[in-house]
Amino acid sequence: MSTKTGIEVSIAIGEVVKLTDADVIAAYPITPQTHIVEHLAELVSNGELNAQFIPVESEHSAMSACLGSAAVGARTFTATAGQGLELMHEVLYVASAMRLPIVMAVANRALSAPLSVWGDHSDVMATRDTGWIQIFTENGQEVIDNTLCAFRMAEDKRVLLPVMVHLDGFHLSHMIEPMLLPSQEEVDRFLPPNQYPLPLDPSKPLAMGDFGPPIVYTEAKWAQEYNLLNSRSTILEVWKEFSKVFGRNYSPVECYRCEGCKVLLFTMGSFSETAMSAIDNLRNQGIDVGLVRLRLWRPFPFAEVRNAFKDAEVLITLDRALSAGGPGGPVSSEIKSALYPLEKRPKVVSFVGGLGGRDINVSGFEEMVKRGIEISKTGSSKEYEAFGVRE
Amino acid sequence: METQTVYIPKLMPKEEFFMPGHRACIGCGEALALRLVCKALGSNVIVVNATGCMEIVSSQMPYTSWAVPWIHTLFENTAAVASGIEAGIKSLNSKSKKSLEGVKVVAVAGDGATADIGIQALSGALERGHDFLYICLDNEAYMNTGIQRSSATPFGAHTTTSPAGKVSMGQFTWKKNLPAIVAAHNVPYVATACPSYFKDMMTKLQKAASIKGPTYVHILSVCPTGWRCATDITVKIGRLAVQTGMFPIYEIENGKYKLNMDIPQLRPVNEYLKLQGRFRHLSDDMIKKIQERVTEDYARLKERAA
Ligand SMILES: Cc1ncc(C[n+]2csc(CCOP(=O)(O)OP(=O)(O)O)c2C)c(N)n1
Ligand code: SF4
Ligand SMILES: [Mg+2]
Repeated sequence: MSTKTGIEVSIAIGEVVKLTDADVIAAYPITPQTHIVEHLAELVSNGELNAQFIPVESEHSAMSACLGSAAVGARTFTATAGQGLELMHEVLYVASAMRLPIVMAVANRALSAPLSVWGDHSDVMATRDTGWIQIFTENGQEVIDNTLCAFRMAEDKRVLLPVMVHLDGFHLSHMIEPMLLPSQEEVDRFLPPNQYPLPLDPSKPLAMGDFGPPIVYTEAKWAQEYNLLNSRSTILEVWKEFSKVFGRNYSPVECYRCEGCKVLLFTMGSFSETAMSAIDNLRNQGIDVGLVRLRLWRPFPFAEVRNAFKDAEVLITLDRALSAGGPGGPVSSEIKSALYPLEKRPKVVSFVGGLGGRDINVSGFEEMVKRGIEISKTGSSKEYEAFGVRE
Repeated sequence: METQTVYIPKLMPKEEFFMPGHRACIGCGEALALRLVCKALGSNVIVVNATGCMEIVSSQMPYTSWAVPWIHTLFENTAAVASGIEAGIKSLNSKSKKSLEGVKVVAVAGDGATADIGIQALSGALERGHDFLYICLDNEAYMNTGIQRSSATPFGAHTTTSPAGKVSMGQFTWKKNLPAIVAAHNVPYVATACPSYFKDMMTKLQKAASIKGPTYVHILSVCPTGWRCATDITVKIGRLAVQTGMFPIYEIENGKYKLNMDIPQLRPVNEYLKLQGRFRHLSDDMIKKIQERVTEDYARLKERAA
C-alpha cells in the first residue's frame, strides 16, 4: 500500500530511487537539483540504500560515470539541471547511441547568461535531439510515478534507452506536496530487476563504442532511431502496467475539458496546473477553451497530437524556451510541423514566456488565451508572441 | 637490461589480448606498448579506451582487436567512465547481483586525453580513490588528429600547431610533468615506463594492477609518423629516450621515488634528437638549452630517489 505523505518533490524522488534499489548514483550538485542528490547521498551514507554514490567533479563526468556503470549492468541514476545538462551534452548522445539505460531527473533551469537558477525549458530543448526518451511532469505525484516508470522503460530489453524525467526547477523541485509514496512491495511488483543483456564482463568479452566509418554510421543511426520510435509501444505498455499496480493513468498527450472546443491551449510541465485553473475561469466566462498538455516529448507523439487538435480551429501554444532567431518556441514549431500534413488544421498562435523563473499566473493564462483568440482573427506579422515582456 | 632481450621473450605470456590486424602505422610504439600491456594484465580486466590513435586503429566497425571487454565513449572522460565501471562492479558484487570479483578496471588514454582535455576527469577519479589502473600512452602529441602539440610535447619539437618557422623554434613550453601531478594526489603507485624496456614495463603494470586504489603508469610510446623517424628504430629511440635522461624510468610508491635504471653518465640528448625529424630544425643553442634542462631535471630526480 502506498502511503500519503506531505513531502518535498526532490526528497520524494530520492525515496523512489531508493525503492528501485539503484546500484550507482553519480551526480554533481546544481540548483535546483541539489535536494535530489543530497537526499540520495544521505540515504546511501545511512545504509538505507545499498549503492555506490560517486561524488564526481563535474556533470560531464557524472554522465560519463553513468555510462560506465550502466555498461556493467548496474541500475544507474543521476540528476542535473540547466548548465549541468549543457555540460553533459556530448555524453548524452553516447548514452542513447550505446543503448545504456540511465535514468535522469532534470530540474529544468534557464541557461546563462545572465545567470539564472530559476526554471524554464531552455535546457530541455537543447537536448531535444540527443536520442533520450523525455517525459514532462506537472506535479509531484507525476514526477515520482514517472521516475519509477522511467526505470522500467529504460531497462526493458525492447528499449534499452536512457530516460529523462523533466520537472520544473523550484516550481516543482522545491514544492512540498501531498503524495502517495509507493511501498517496497508495490515497487518490487512493478519493476523487474535490471538485466542488461550485453554487459562488460571478462567472462564474455565484447567491444562497446567502436568507431563507425561512413559505411556503417548511417545504418547505426537508423537502427537507433528505429529503436527510439519503437520504444513508444513499450512506453504505453509501462504506463498501462503502472496503472494496474497504482491506479494512476498516464498518456503521451493529456486533455483537460477539450471536448468540442474550437480553441485549445497547449502547455507542458508544471504550468499546466495553473493553466487548468485558467481554463475553468474562462469556461465560466463563456469562452469555449480546453487545455492539451504534452507529457511525452520524445519520442514525439505525432498520432496523439494530431488527434487532440483535429477538431480545433485555434491552437494557442506556450513554450518556456526560445529558439533564438528562429520560429519561436521549439515545441510549438514541432506541433506546427506535425499538423502541416493535415487537410484541416487549426491556426496556431505561439507564445514564448515563463523564461528564467518568470511566473505566469492564472490571470496571465486567461490573458494569453484572449490575446491568442484575438490574434487568430486579426493575424500577426510576427512568428510568435513574447508573453509578459516589459517594454 | 639489454642483455635480457634474448631470453625474456621466451618467458613472455604467449596469449594475445590485443590482436593483430589493427590499423596502427608501421613501427607504432603505442601499439607495441598496448600489446605488452595486455599480455601483462591478462584477461580479468575491463579496458576503457579514450578517443585517439589506439581506439581508432583497433575498433573500426565491424571489427575489433580486443579480446578482453573494451569500451570507448569519448575523448576526455576515460577516467570518469572507469569510475563508473568500478563503482558498478563494487555495487553489484556487494549486493550479490553479479560476481565480478577481482576484475581490474584499466583506463588507456593518450597524452592529450590525459594531460590536457581529460586532466579534470583524471584528477577527480584519482582523488576519489577508485580502484583502477590508468595507463597514459604518451607519444608526445595529438597524433590521431594529425600531430598537434599537447602539453606533453617536448620543448623544441615541431608539431602542426607548434611549427618551426622563421620566428619560432617549435614547441615553446617544457613537457608537463604528469607523473608528479598524479603523485600529488597521494595515490599509492605511479610509474614511468617504455616498451623498449619491456620487462621493466610489464613488471610495473602487474604491480600497479595488484595494488588496490588508483594507480598510474605513464608509458613513453615512440610514434614514427609524428616524430618523423625511421619505422625500424622505435625500440632504439625508446632506449635512447631513457639513456639520455629525456624520459627517465622510475616509480613513485606511496610518495617515495625510485629510479629503476640508474644511468651514471647520461648520453648526450643530441643522440636522441638527431634521429627525429621533429627536432631537425633545432640550433646548437637550442640543443644546449635542452641538454642543460635534462641534466638538471635528472639530477633533481636522482636526489628525490636517493
Ligand atoms: C571533445 C573533443 N575534442 C577534440 C577531439 C578530437 N580528437 C580526437 S583524438 C585527438 C587527439 C588524441 O591525442 P592523444 O590523446 O595524445 O592520443 P594519440 O592519438 O596521440 O594516441 C583529438 C584532438 C575529440 N574527439 N573530442
Ligand atoms: S600516428 Fe603514431 S601513435 Fe598513431 S598509429 Fe601511427 S605510429 Fe602509432
Ligand atoms: Mg598522443
